[in-house]
Amino acid sequence: MINKKHSRLNVLLEFFGSMNLAITILVAIAIASVIGTVLQQNQPYNDYIIKFGPFWHEVFQTIGLYNIYGAIWFLALLVFLVLSTSVCVYRNAPVMLRDMRQFRVNVKEKSLRLMHNSQSWSTEKSSEEVEKTLRYFLKLKGFRTRIKEHDDHRVIAGMKGAWNRSGYIFTHVGIIVLCLGAYLDGSFGLTIKEWTGRIIPEVRDIRADQVPATARLKAEESGSFRGSISLQEGTSSKIVFLNIRDGYLVQELPFTIELKDFRIEHYASGQPKSFESDLIIHDDLLDKPLEQTISVNHPLIYRGYAMYQASFGDGGSNLSLVAWPFHSQKIQKIDVNVAVKEKRTLKTSAGKYTLELDDFKMFNIFPNTKEERLETGKQFKNFGPSFTFKMRDATGVANEYHNYMLPITQNGRRFILTGMRNSVAETFRYLHIPMDKDDSLDRFMTFHALLHDQIRVKRIAQTSVKAAMGDINKIDQKMQADVVRSMMNLLTLFNQGGYVAIDQDIKKRVPKDKQVKVAEAYVKILQNLLQNTFLAVLKQEGVDTKKSVSDEDNLFFEDAISALAGIGAYGSPVYFQLAEFKQRESSGIQITLHPGQNIFYLGCLMLIVGIFMMFYISYQRLWIILKPESGKLMITFAGSGNRDQREFAKTFAVLVSKAEKFTTGK
Amino acid sequence: MSVPNEFMSSEIQPSFFKRLNIVDWIFAVLLVTGSIYAFQKYSVLMDSYEVGILFGTAFSFIAIGWLWKPARGLMFYVAILSLFAIYLYGTELAAGESNFFLRFLLSAQSATMWMSALFVMATVAYFIELFSGNVFTGKVATAMTWSATAMGFIGLLVRWRETYLHGIDIGHIPVSNLYEVFILFAIITALIYLYYEKRYETRSLGAFVLLVITAAVAFLLWYHFEKGASEIKPLVPALQSYWMKIHVPANFVGYGAFALAAMVGVAYLIKDAAVKKNPEGLLATRLPPLDMMDDVMHKSIALGFAFFTIATVLGAMWAAEAWGGYWSWDPKETWALIVWLNYAAWLHMRLMKGLRGTPLAWWAVIGLFVTLFAFLGVNMFLSGMHSYGEL
Ligand code: HEM
Repeated sequence: MINKKHSRLNVLLEFFGSMNLAITILVAIAIASVIGTVLQQNQPYNDYIIKFGPFWHEVFQTIGLYNIYGAIWFLALLVFLVLSTSVCVYRNAPVMLRDMRQFRVNVKEKSLRLMHNSQSWSTEKSSEEVEKTLRYFLKLKGFRTRIKEHDDHRVIAGMKGAWNRSGYIFTHVGIIVLCLGAYLDGSFGLTIKEWTGRIIPEVRDIRADQVPATARLKAEESGSFRGSISLQEGTSSKIVFLNIRDGYLVQELPFTIELKDFRIEHYASGQPKSFESDLIIHDDLLDKPLEQTISVNHPLIYRGYAMYQASFGDGGSNLSLVAWPFHSQKIQKIDVNVAVKEKRTLKTSAGKYTLELDDFKMFNIFPNTKEERLETGKQFKNFGPSFTFKMRDATGVANEYHNYMLPITQNGRRFILTGMRNSVAETFRYLHIPMDKDDSLDRFMTFHALLHDQIRVKRIAQTSVKAAMGDINKIDQKMQADVVRSMMNLLTLFNQGGYVAIDQDIKKRVPKDKQVKVAEAYVKILQNLLQNTFLAVLKQEGVDTKKSVSDEDNLFFEDAISALAGIGAYGSPVYFQLAEFKQRESSGIQITLHPGQNIFYLGCLMLIVGIFMMFYISYQRLWIILKPESGKLMITFAGSGNRDQREFAKTFAVLVSKAEKFTTGK
Repeated sequence: MSVPNEFMSSEIQPSFFKRLNIVDWIFAVLLVTGSIYAFQKYSVLMDSYEVGILFGTAFSFIAIGWLWKPARGLMFYVAILSLFAIYLYGTELAAGESNFFLRFLLSAQSATMWMSALFVMATVAYFIELFSGNVFTGKVATAMTWSATAMGFIGLLVRWRETYLHGIDIGHIPVSNLYEVFILFAIITALIYLYYEKRYETRSLGAFVLLVITAAVAFLLWYHFEKGASEIKPLVPALQSYWMKIHVPANFVGYGAFALAAMVGVAYLIKDAAVKKNPEGLLATRLPPLDMMDDVMHKSIALGFAFFTIATVLGAMWAAEAWGGYWSWDPKETWALIVWLNYAAWLHMRLMKGLRGTPLAWWAVIGLFVTLFAFLGVNMFLSGMHSYGEL
C-alpha cells in the first residue's frame, strides 16, 4: 500500500521534474508571449470585432487572447514552471550538495578504466611516496583531495570548482523566488477579490467620494497596485484610481499627496526635456510635511509607495477669448472668459450655443519635413498655444474645434488656423484665415462683414455692372438689374456655403449639358463682385486702388476667398480668438505599491550569481587508484569535467603526463 | 610534505597578480589615472551612480585587458585616437567640417564609415581565406576586423563628445537610438569573435560571423543615408538615466553573442552537410571540427545568456524607476523574455541526450531571428514604451 503511494508520487515527480516538460513549458510561455505582443492587448472590444469579425472575436475573447498575461491558462503555465523547477531542485539539490562534499573514494578500478579520460601506468616507487607526490601535485593544481585505504588498494579522489554545483541551486531557486515575488505583485489579489464579490469595479463617471464601498480599497487592505491620479497645482488627494478593464477602483492612501507646482522644460528645439512635480506628503506619522520634487526616472518612495511622474495635462487654465461673429454685417466682438473643462452659453446670430472648453496646450511641437529641416536647421517647429473646444447648438449637436493662438507663416504669408471636425473619428480640417499687415484679423473680418451687408454690396454690384456695360438705356437697365440680382443671389449662396453651395444650386436648376458653361459664367460674375467688394475694403483702409493692386493684396484676396468659402461648412457662428491665458497645469502621478519587489530582486540576484557560477566555474573530479601488482605499483588515473569536454580532455592530458613523469621519475 | 617539493617547484604557479608584467601595470595605472582625471573634471555633471559606473568601467576594462591581452592594444589605440579627435574639436562642432583629420578620419561620421568599409573588406578577406586557404589573407582579415572594431569604438566615443558640443543639455552616451546601437552591435560581435578566433586558433569561422556584421553595416548605411538617422538629437526624458549606460551595453553583449552563435550554427550545418556529401571536399576539410563548433556555440550562448539575464534584470530595475513597475508586459520587455526563454530552452536541450548536434545548431540559427525581432522588429512593428529608434 505504502509502496504504491510512493510510486504514484514518484511518477508525478518524474513528470514534473523532467527536462522535457521544462523545455516544453519554457517554449510554451515564449509562444504565448509572442501572441501577446502581436495581438494588441486590452483594446476596446469594438476594435477587435471590426478586426476579426464576431465569430473569432467570441473565440478569442473566451480563450483570453485579449488579456493573455492575465489569462488563467497563462498563469497556469507560470505555476507549472515554478512547480517543475521546484521539483527539479527538490530532486537534484541533495545530489548536488552531496557532490560538493563527497569525493567518491569508493570508485572501482573498472569504472575508472571505462571513463573517457583515463590512463594507467606503473612505477617502481612505493605507494606512500606516490601518494604524497600526487596529492601535493593535485593541490598545486587547485584540487582538494581525500584518500581512502581499501583492502588491496588505495584511492585518491580530487575535486575542484564544487561551487559550480551550488550555481545550479542558486539559479533554479532564484527562478522560484523571483516568480513568488512577481506573484505578490501581480493582479491575483484583485482577481480573487473580484471572484469572491468583495469588489465590483465602478464604471460610471462619478465623483470619487460617491464611489460605493464595493469599488473602494482601504489603505490597510491594499496588496500590490498600480494606480494614477491627476492633480492640479495647489490641490491634494488621499486616493488613487486603479483602472480595471472598462471600469476603475478607488484605492485609499494612508497619507495625503499634494501637488505644489508642475514644470515642463524644453530643449532649444522645442522638444520636452523634463517634467517635474513638486510634491508635498502630509502624514500624521511625519513631524512636518515631506517635500520632494519628482521627475521622470526620479520617483519618490515613501512608506513603500512609489510616486512617479507619469503624465501631464491641463488643470483648468483660464482663457480670455474674443468671439468674432460669422455671417453678420456688424463686427460685434464679445469677450468670453472661460476655464478649461468649463461651459459657457452664448447668444449668437444663429441662436443659443454652448461653448465647452476641453483643453489648452501651451506648446504644439511638430516634426519638420526634410525641406524645412534643411531650411531652418531644426528638427521641430512649434506652433505655440492652442485650445480645443466644442460648440453645441440648442438641439445638442456639437462640432469640435482646435484653434491656435498665434499666426503661422506659410509660403511667406501669415495665417491663423482653426480646425474643425464633426466627430472624434475624423481629423481636424483647418481653415486658414489670412492675417493683415498688422498681423490682425481686422481686414479679413471687415471684408467678411461687408460681404454680408446687403445694401452696400448691392451698391457695389450696381456700380461695377454699370462700369462694365457703359451707357444706359431702358433695356440695358433691366438687364443690369437682372445681373445685379443674380450677383446678389450668388453672393448669398457663397456666404452660406461657399462654392459647394453654388455648385449644388447649378446642379439643381440647370440642365446637364449647360452646367459647365453656366458655372463658368457664375464664377466670373461672383469673382467680379468679390473683387470689387475687396477694392472697397482697400479704399476704406486708404489704399489707392486706382493704381494696380499690390501682389500682397492680391494674395490676401485669394487667401481670404478660400477661407470665406470654407466658413459655410465651419459650423460655428463665431470664431474664437485666444487673446490671453493663465495656464494652470495638472500632473499625472502614478502611485504603486509592490510588496514583492525586493523578493523579486533577490530572486534575480540569485539567478545571476547562479548562472555565472554554473558557466564560469569549472567543476572537475579526478581519481587515482594505487594498487600494488606483482612487485610494481599500478596507477590508474581518471577524471571528468562537467562542461567543455574538449577543454577538459586537454587539461587532463597535461595532468596525466606530468603525473606520470613525477611518479615514474622519468 | 617535504619530499616532492624540489622537483615539482616548476609546477608552482605564481599567483595571478605575480604573472602580470610591467605593461599590464602601466595599462592599469593609465586607466585609473584617466578615470580620476575624468572624475575631477566632470564630477559636477555626474550623479553618484554615474561615478560608480565610471570607476566600475575602469576596473572592468582593467580586468578585460589583463585576462585578454590584445584588448589592451585596442583600448590604447582607441583612447589615443579619440582623445586626438576630441582635442581637434576643441569646443567647435564646426571643426568637424574644416579640420582635415576630423573630416576624413576621426569625426564620428567618418570613423563609422571607416568601420563599415573595413568590416565589409574583412568579410571579403575571410571568404578568400576560407576558399583559398591563404594564411596571409587570413591575417589581413583579422587585422582589418581589429581596425574596424577600433574605428567603431572611436566613432562612438567621438560621437559622445559631439553630442555635448551640440549643447551641454543635449549630451548623452551614444547608445540611445537604433543607429548608435547598430554600431555597438557590430563592434561587440566582432570583439567576441576575435576572442574566439584567438582562443580556438581558427579563422575559418570569420567569414560567417563577419557576414552578420556586414548585414548590420548594410542596415546602418541604409539607415544613415536614407533616413538621416545619424543626426544627433536630444534625449526624451524617459531615457535620461544612468541605467541606460549599463542596460544597453549589457544587452548588446547578449545580442552579439547570440548572433555569433547563430552564424557558427550555420557553419556547423554546412559542415555537417558537406561531410555527408564528400568528406574530402573543400568545406568539409576547411571548416573546424564539429565538436569544436558545438563548443563555440555553447560558450557563446552561455556568455550571451549570462549578460542578457543581467541586461533584462537591469531593464526591469530601470522600468521600476521610470514606469512604476518592474514588469509591464511592454512589447520590448516581453520580447526580451522570449529571447531569454528561448536560450534557456536551448541550454537545457543541450543537457538532454540525443539532441546535440544539428537540432541545436538549427535552434541557434532560429534563435537569431527571434533575437533580431526583439532587437529590430519590435521597434518596427509594435508600439510600446521603448520609444527610441523607431524606423
Ligand atoms: C526559467 C527557468 C529556468 C532557467 C532560466 C534555467 C537555467 C539554467 C541554466 C542557465 C542552466 C545551465 C545550463 C548549462 O550548463 O549549459 C541550467 C541547468 C540545468 N537546469 Fe535549468 N533552468 C530553468 C528551469 C529548469 C527546470 C524547470 C528544470 C527541471 C527539469 C531545470 C533543470 C536543470 C538541470 C537538471 C540542469 C543541469 C545542471 C547541471 O547538472 O549542471 N531547469 N538551468
